[in-house]
Amino acid sequence: MSSPIFLTKNFKNPEAQTYDGYVKAGGYAALKKALTMKPEEIIEEVKKGNLRGRGGAGFPAGVKWGFLPKNYTGPKYLCVNADEGEPGTFKDGPLMEFDPHQMLEGIAITCYATDIHSAYVYIRGEFHKAFRAVELAIEECYAKGIFGPNVMGSNFSLECRPHPGAGAYICGEETGLISSLEGKKGFPKLKPPFPAIKGLFDCPTLVNNVETLACVPHIINMGAEAWAALGCEKNGGTKLYCVSGQISKPGLYELPHSVTLKELLYDHCGGPLSGRTIKAVIPGGSSAKILKAPDEIDVRMDFDSLGKAGTMLGSAAVIVIDDSTSMVRALDNLLRFYAHESCGQCTPCREGTKWISKIIRRVANGQGEIEDLDKILGILTNMVGNTICVLADAAAFPAESFIKKFRPEFEEYIKRGKRMSMTGWREEAVPKAMAGAH
Amino acid sequence: MPKLTINGKELEVPAGTNLIQAAKQVGSEVPHFCYHPGLSVAGNCRMCLVEIEKAPKLQIACNTAVTEGMVVFTESEKVKKARQGVMEFLLLNHPIDCPICDCAGECYLQDYYMAHDKAPSRTEEPKNKKAKAEDIGPHVMLDKERCVLCSRCVRFTDEISKTHELGIFGRGSTEEIDLAPGMRLENDYSGNVVDLCPVGALTDKDFRFKSRPWFLRETNTVCGGCAMGCNIVLNTNLNPYNKVGQKRAYRIYPRENAEVNQFWICDEGRYSYHAIDENRKEGASLSGTPVTLDFGLARFSEGLKKAIAAGADQVAFLLSPQMTTEELTAWKELAAALGVTQVAYGDDIKRTGKADAFLMKADKNPNTAGAAALGIAPAAAPLLAKAADGSLKALVVVDHELANAAELAGKLEFFAFVATHNTPTDKAAHVSLPRAMYVEQDGHFTNVQGKVQEVKKAMEPIGEAKGGVELAAQLSMRLLPVKATA
Repeated sequence: MSSPIFLTKNFKNPEAQTYDGYVKAGGYAALKKALTMKPEEIIEEVKKGNLRGRGGAGFPAGVKWGFLPKNYTGPKYLCVNADEGEPGTFKDGPLMEFDPHQMLEGIAITCYATDIHSAYVYIRGEFHKAFRAVELAIEECYAKGIFGPNVMGSNFSLECRPHPGAGAYICGEETGLISSLEGKKGFPKLKPPFPAIKGLFDCPTLVNNVETLACVPHIINMGAEAWAALGCEKNGGTKLYCVSGQISKPGLYELPHSVTLKELLYDHCGGPLSGRTIKAVIPGGSSAKILKAPDEIDVRMDFDSLGKAGTMLGSAAVIVIDDSTSMVRALDNLLRFYAHESCGQCTPCREGTKWISKIIRRVANGQGEIEDLDKILGILTNMVGNTICVLADAAAFPAESFIKKFRPEFEEYIKRGKRMSMTGWREEAVPKAMAGAH
Repeated sequence: MPKLTINGKELEVPAGTNLIQAAKQVGSEVPHFCYHPGLSVAGNCRMCLVEIEKAPKLQIACNTAVTEGMVVFTESEKVKKARQGVMEFLLLNHPIDCPICDCAGECYLQDYYMAHDKAPSRTEEPKNKKAKAEDIGPHVMLDKERCVLCSRCVRFTDEISKTHELGIFGRGSTEEIDLAPGMRLENDYSGNVVDLCPVGALTDKDFRFKSRPWFLRETNTVCGGCAMGCNIVLNTNLNPYNKVGQKRAYRIYPRENAEVNQFWICDEGRYSYHAIDENRKEGASLSGTPVTLDFGLARFSEGLKKAIAAGADQVAFLLSPQMTTEELTAWKELAAALGVTQVAYGDDIKRTGKADAFLMKADKNPNTAGAAALGIAPAAAPLLAKAADGSLKALVVVDHELANAAELAGKLEFFAFVATHNTPTDKAAHVSLPRAMYVEQDGHFTNVQGKVQEVKKAMEPIGEAKGGVELAAQLSMRLLPVKATA
């Protein structure tokens, strides 16, 4: 497509993975420029650029930076959240793998703006290639004076270390990430105190997503106004959309925030597979509430518009479900993920995610009752909002929206008491006695 | 001090107080599993959710400090529903094996189910299976199915005993408490995790299957195991026997005292209750031959009278810091009335043992400070030396184990002994009287910090044993002229 790209511009330029190649492609100009600015000016630019946190919550990045205590002289940390684990999301991995210096430049600028001198890049355990790329890039940065005692000849010093995770979804939650980085089990921590006050090693800590940091050099380069103008109101710049599922051209798309879901699916991704129709779309990673097609997909893909539509942009992982997929099976698959990934700390999440997963598994096995649907909805109300982190909500939202929006399909499935595969109805009935003892 | 409103009642509490503590002051119990005032806040059980005006979600009371003007509801419909939800989740995979669970009767799950849930189970799914009755240490058994994963025990081993034996392993609903690889729950405070456990997941090997808690009487008293004087609850049989061989005491667990033991007790103190029923001296004896108490007292007073008549300066009393202050006073007074001036307690030959920087003290006597405060000489060795070289005629020893008892019995004209337990010294002494232990009488101990603490009678003295005060009174009746009172 013809819209301008920034974050992914070096993806087809393997040379840019090295320091020299990245500089040749215009890299580290932003850092050089930033070092001539006052830290407050940089924060102001990011605020004016309407950069929303790309990790999922969409919190304005500049505002978050401002939460760090002023006139604090002790150590402060930047944790880069590269533990990309939301099902359907595949943007941070490529950003690190194909253009690691872009993120590192963002880290350097962010740390300069917030007077942080140590940064950790917490990279998901499965991302071997990305980890290697970041590790090499950091080594290069130390050699070239980007990191170390005098960043690009200035008085500013910065240490940066990559840290591999061990593949737990919950370590992508900012306080879970901090626990894991501290060497503890990846349990999310109680808030308050918030990480900005008491985070990593009990010091003020900023946690930002890879994509958020990758945006920062571009804001400095082009200026806040130009960046803000790329997007729409309160959602500045371009966004990486990860489109997957039953769609003609799945992939990673960099588009302005102002694109609608319909445009994304039909204009950019080529619409549904031939002979199929799109039944539903998860717009922002598996934790987002599902949208029914075609009625609900004419919505702008920014944080506020999707929020108004009752769902969220989240990590912008668009998962397309067409008419060949059973919603019961899809939900079973999703809920198994959450039951498996619940850290087990809070009672409602630990027990609730497993419970609804067991029920929906039974329903999917053809042994469900209509009452099970209401039972699940009832269980969800006891989970939502009652836990330390939002994993319980993340499991509850899709479950609730699947059942509420596709209730006739769920009821039909239960009534027929028949097995349905992921790709369509299969006619053989499953005798109750054979489908697992209870 | 912030002012706030809880359930419509206004109150003022110090800043930093959490809502569980604040609610207690207006008579509202906020149920909780993971919160414990002696440990860090984990906030994971979600049982203490309360409604706070202007807060979008329910908040956990344990991690919410009071603020000025806060309006809190601990019994609103929203709160009740959340509590019921949490109870339902907790019981979902709980085996509900109360009939064979040692914790039944003092289980938070049982109590809260009756108070906050009372709903039948909605689940049809099979329960998670986990290991039961795992031997995790010398004192503790673990049942992973019953566990509610409140992490109190883990936090105890991290924060209080600082031994880090326990951890939470696994994830989600298969998560379980377990030992760190290669470790056993073997520290001097391991028994505390049993008290901390709100359910029957951690049980005490010593107490398992011995008694239902509702058959036990609680007495608030002080541990006599060492000079620390930890505050304890002693559990005894509701109708205790007073014969040797019958189990009367069942267990000791700590009682909160912020200035002495906080919430804890060492294992040595916890299991010291065995001494209450084991190897006790039930009656008087003459050189090891049992006699009635009356006969023993008569022989005691005769011997002492004779010795004093021959010269009170050749008589010595060796008292014990095991005695309560009242007992020490009575015996000190008795000695004074008889003209005996050589009175000491055995600070130099006292029972000693393991010590640490927390609760365990090397001095294994509960009332050393009390004896010192009474002005009794803390020197037994000179008296014993005198007895050994023949310059004493009579020696009365209370509860000190003497290595050369048999030799002394040969040298002394009168060697009397007062003891709580059967010992070799007891057999060697010419006359020996049975003394009641500290749990069998009221009194006071002064601990190493100088705190005077009340010791309460939990049961009748065993056999014919009498408290030190009564023994002294009996002897004085026999030894001293009765004075007419005005």
